[in-house]
Parts: sequence; C-alpha cells; structure tokens
Amino acid sequence: MSKEIKFTDDTMALVQRMIKRYPEGKQKSALIPVLHLAQMEFDGWLDAPVMDYVALILNIKPIEVYEVASFYSMFNLKPVGKCLIEVCRTGPCWLLGAEDLVRHIEKKLNIKDGETTPDGMFTLKTVECLAACGTAPVIQVGETYHENMSTESVDTMLNDYKSSGERKTHFDKKHIKTQL
Amino acid sequence: MGKQLLLENINVQGISTLEVYRANGGYKALEKALKMQQSEVVDEVKKSGLRGRGGAGFPTGMKWGFIAKPEGVPRHLVCNADESEPGTFKDRFLMQNKPHMLIEGMILSSYALGANVSYIYIRGELLYVYHILEKAIQEAYDAGLLGKNILGSGFDLELYVQCGAGAYICGEETALIESLEGKRGNPRIKPPFPAVSGVWGRPTVVNNVETIAATVPIILMGGDEYAKIGIGKSTGTKLISACGHLAKPGVYEIEMGLSTEEFIYSENYCGGIKNGKKLKAVVAGGSSVPILPAELFLKTAKGEPRLMSYESLADGGFATGTMLGSGGFIVLDETASIVKNLWNFTRFYHHESCGQCSPCREGTGWMEKVLHRILEGHGKQSDVDLLFDIQSKIDGKTICPLGEAASWPVASAIRHFRAEFEEYVNHPEKIKDVKHYYNMRNLQPTA
Ligand SMILES: Cc1cc2nc3c(=O)[nH]c(=O)nc-3n(C[C@H](O)[C@H](O)[C@H](O)COP(=O)(O)O)c2cc1C
Ligand code: SF4
Ligand code: FES
Repeated sequence: MSKEIKFTDDTMALVQRMIKRYPEGKQKSALIPVLHLAQMEFDGWLDAPVMDYVALILNIKPIEVYEVASFYSMFNLKPVGKCLIEVCRTGPCWLLGAEDLVRHIEKKLNIKDGETTPDGMFTLKTVECLAACGTAPVIQVGETYHENMSTESVDTMLNDYKSSGERKTHFDKKHIKTQL
Repeated sequence: MGKQLLLENINVQGISTLEVYRANGGYKALEKALKMQQSEVVDEVKKSGLRGRGGAGFPTGMKWGFIAKPEGVPRHLVCNADESEPGTFKDRFLMQNKPHMLIEGMILSSYALGANVSYIYIRGELLYVYHILEKAIQEAYDAGLLGKNILGSGFDLELYVQCGAGAYICGEETALIESLEGKRGNPRIKPPFPAVSGVWGRPTVVNNVETIAATVPIILMGGDEYAKIGIGKSTGTKLISACGHLAKPGVYEIEMGLSTEEFIYSENYCGGIKNGKKLKAVVAGGSSVPILPAELFLKTAKGEPRLMSYESLADGGFATGTMLGSGGFIVLDETASIVKNLWNFTRFYHHESCGQCSPCREGTGWMEKVLHRILEGHGKQSDVDLLFDIQSKIDGKTICPLGEAASWPVASAIRHFRAEFEEYVNHPEKIKDVKHYYNMRNLQPTA
C-alpha cells in the first residue's frame, strides 16, 4: 500500500468515542466497529499492515485482529472493486430468482462470483440472507439495500454505479461527521 | 386485522423521529415504568406471559428473574438485533421505522433489570439501520431520556449500538456476547448462563428486538390486559415476516391464535399464493424449523385447524408439527423443489457453522455434499437414508443449537417428502425440471 496507514483525525476521534463505550480495559470490544472504519478508510479491504495498525490503536496483539477479521464475512482480506455487489443467495431469495441475477451479473461484467472487473470497478460476491426476504431478491451495495431486483433493475443499478464511479463501502464516510 | 401493538402508527410520517413518536404516545410507557418499583416492572412482564420472540419462546419475565445480582458488579441488558435466520426480517422493519420504540423498551427493561449500561448488537449488514439507531439514541440523550437521572427518576442509563460483521452464529446469545467482546463468534458452553456470567463475565440478559419492544405496550396496558390477547400460553401479538411465493409478502402483526389458513389466504394478510399457484409447503418459523406439507400446515394430524401459536404449530411434535420460531414464514408453491430448497439451507448452515464441534462442522458439509450429489443426478438409493442418519448424529450433540437448526430441516424434509428425494435418485432426468445452476463450492456456475 503506497499511502501512509493512518486514520484521518475525524475517524480517529470516532474510534476514540467507540472505545469509551466499553469498560476500562475492555477496549478490544471496539474491534469490529473499528475494522469497519478501517475498511472504509483503506480501500475497502484489510491488508495486514492495516490490521497491525488497528491492533496498535486498540493495544491488542495483531493475531487478535487477524482471527476476527478472518471470521466475519464482511471483512475483505483481498482487494475489492470500488463497488462490492453482494447478491443474497439464501433460500427465500433463491426461490424468487437470485440465481438468475447472479448469472446475469456474471455475464454482464464477465467475472465470476468472488472476482473483480479488470477496471477495478466491481466485485461480485454472493452472501447469505440479508433480513429482507419479503422484498426478494435482494442485493446489497455498500450500505444500500436494493430490493425486488430483476435483471432490468440490475442493469440500471450497475450503470448508475459505474457512471458515479464512487467507492461504496459498508460504512459510509458521510456518517463520520454526524456521529462525532 | 387484529390489535396492532408494535406496528401501530408505523405509517405515520416521521414516526422514526423522537418528536413524532412522542406526539403519538411514545415514551409514555417509560414515564409510567420509572414511577414503578423495578420489581413491579418485572412483575408486569411476568403477568403478560410474554415469551422471547427471538426463536426459543422462553418466558421473558422468568428469564429476567434469573439475573444474578452480586453486590458491586454491573449488570447488562443486550438487545439481540442480529436477525440472520433466513426468512426473518421483522426486527429490521421495526428498527428502521420505529427506532424509538426499541429505545423506549431498552430503557424501561434496563430499569427493571438494574442495568446502567446497555447495548444493542445489530448485524453488520444492517449498517444503514445502525445509523438510524445512532441518530435516534442521540435524540433521546438530547431530550434527557438517556444519560444521568432520566426524567428526574434518579435512574442512569448509557445505551450504545454495536455492529457485527456478517456471521449468522452471532445471533446465538453466547456467540453474540463473544462478538460484543471483540472476538470470533464461537458459542460458549452453558452453564454458566449469561444471567450469571455474560459480557465481561458480568450478569447479562440477552433479548430479541421484538421482545424488548413488546415491553412498551405491556407496561402501558398492564400485564394482565396483554395476557388476554392471544390464546393459551401464546399471549399477545407476534410479528410474522412472510416471504417466498406469496401474493403479498411483508411484515404482519397478528394476534396469536389466528388460523394459518386465514394468515396465508386472507386479503388482510398474505393474500394467497403468488400467481394463483397451489401451496406446497411452509417453513413457519425461520429456516431451522421443520418444514410441513400444505395439508399438515393448514390442519393438524387430528384434523383441527392449525393456528399461529407456539402450541398449535408444535402440535404433533416433530412427527407432524413444527415451531413458531422467529416468525420467519417461508412459503413454497407447487413449482418449488423441496430437495433443492433443502440443499440451499444445508449449504447455509455449513457456511455458518463456527467449526467448534465436529458433528456440526463435518456433518453439515456431508449433508450438503450428499444433497449436491442427488441434485447432480448421481444420487444413490441409500443416500436418502444416509442423509437421515447424518442429521440424527448432529441433533443434540453440539455446543449450541446451530447443529439442531441444521438437522431439523433435513429430518422433516425426508419425513414428509421422501418420495420426492427418491424420484430424484431413481429418475435423474426429472432433475432437468429444476433450475440448476450452482455447484456446491461457492456457487460457481456448472453450465
Ligand atoms: C444459531 C442461532 C441463531 C440465532 N439467531 C438469533 C437472532 O438472529 N436473533 C435473536 O433474537 N435470537 C437469535 N437466536 C436466539 C438467541 O440465542 C436467544 O435465545 C435470544 O436472543 C433470546 O432472546 P428472547 O428470549 O427475547 O427471544 C439464535 C439462536 C441460535 C442457536
Ligand atoms: S453447533 Fe456448530 S455453530 Fe454451534 S458451537 Fe458447535 S460448531 Fe459452532
Ligand atoms: S433470503 Fe435473501 S434477504 Fe433473506
């Protein structure tokens, strides 16, 4: 990673706020929220030096960070595209056509599940039930839920993200200021 | 439609804000509770007969009664907003639209339990709801509803939201506690129960979002009045999140005791099966509960109408009954493949197993492989019995109930739909009718 690994002042202030939510000496409890912030700040994934940095901030061992980062499905341990397209593949979404959506996206972007487009714009990932089965099939991009999806609405969605070109992460940067 | 205690005013413009929530009677239950003794609040919840809405249906008042109160040790209330059971989306709906109802419930329940620091653990995928809650909590602090000396009562409470990061197992209460401590979501062996040793070894109560929200109407109307709603030991109302092949999927609040037939077919609720198709099967309480064929779902084995209640859905035990579970109501029409649906659920449990116990870690994988083999057209006659055998060796032999959650769907699908499995084995050409695209590893396409 070329740039220096350091949270911006605002993010660091939020990290400090999060640590205070737990009793003295239990700052490790902030690990998962802080890893979300790290993904937001450092290109949507957790490189080893980023995890070491988080360990330093929370005053825990790097292994304690690695074992958590590798357990939870939302933490990316490999680089991802600017937009992570997460398609729900579980029963209720499958009943209403999730497979067709995955196949459609794979064809359209010419990548397979888990891969990133050569321009670095999109990564496709299949995920488990997103707690929105009543509006299946569902796709999550960053913080946004796209519900009742069809191949047509997928096309529109992909075009919109492509033309905006913005990075979409799970924890949207716009919330940092409001939560300080 | 029955009484709407939780979804009341849900369509009022701006109900997610403190101002509109309060203008519509919000925080009246909190005002009332703070004038009562803590033990009186617990008593009202006991009288209401409220049972945990997270899936297990354990009486809430009794659970609260178990919390240990060692001198000088802080206690915690943790709200389980991990909602990840396939088919379940009621908690998200409630939190997104009426965040203050959950916050009000958290404050009065924390008061009842004597907790001064409480947490809402929300699944990571719901970060947008996390931000809604953060905003609502800030509003509550600004209005003196959180923090020191709430509404002049002398009661202090700090309330925080903590997000997870994608792991179904973190809905299990001891895994949730581990996750809240910043660790992998590995369930703990019980005992000790969280009521004695929970977060950071302190006495902890974990309750579902809907359970906590239900304490608001219970305090408002009184436990006895609440207990009059519903049927028998299934008191009050229940949120049902209905999905699958339905004309009108969505979240409905029902009075317990509504007939399953009315729930599926009435225009007030799901409006029947999508596109006028026939009902084939129902998974009534989230993916882990036994699947029932249409006939057994609408009527019990004794021929009585089946009702939406803990007891009626369980009527007949696992031989002919199921469970109310989390209220995740998944409907399959005549075109659905039971075998493929089961493969999908089994794949899910294999993916979500934390890996601590070999019966769960290995067994879920074996079941997934055997089902995959059947779906690929390479099944053997003995595979159906093999599947049944594997699930029986997981059931009851693991640290946490994810093992059972994975085995019950398999046992029930074979029990009620054995012929369909055998048809797949004996006539692999039939499988062509099933839309079949993924292979078992990471859903890579096969064609
Ligand atoms: C694998 C597994 C997943 C669970 N997921 C959830 C969940 O997402 N939400 C929930 O409230 N309870 C879930 N539970 C149940 C909790 O362990 C616990 O019983 C519940 O939060 C207690 O709250 P209640 O008494 O208010 O229902 C799950 C249990 C298991 C075994
Ligand atoms: S039953 Fe499965 S999920 Fe539960 S502790 Fe054992 S391995 Fe983990
Ligand atoms: S199955 Fe896709 S949101 Fe529940």
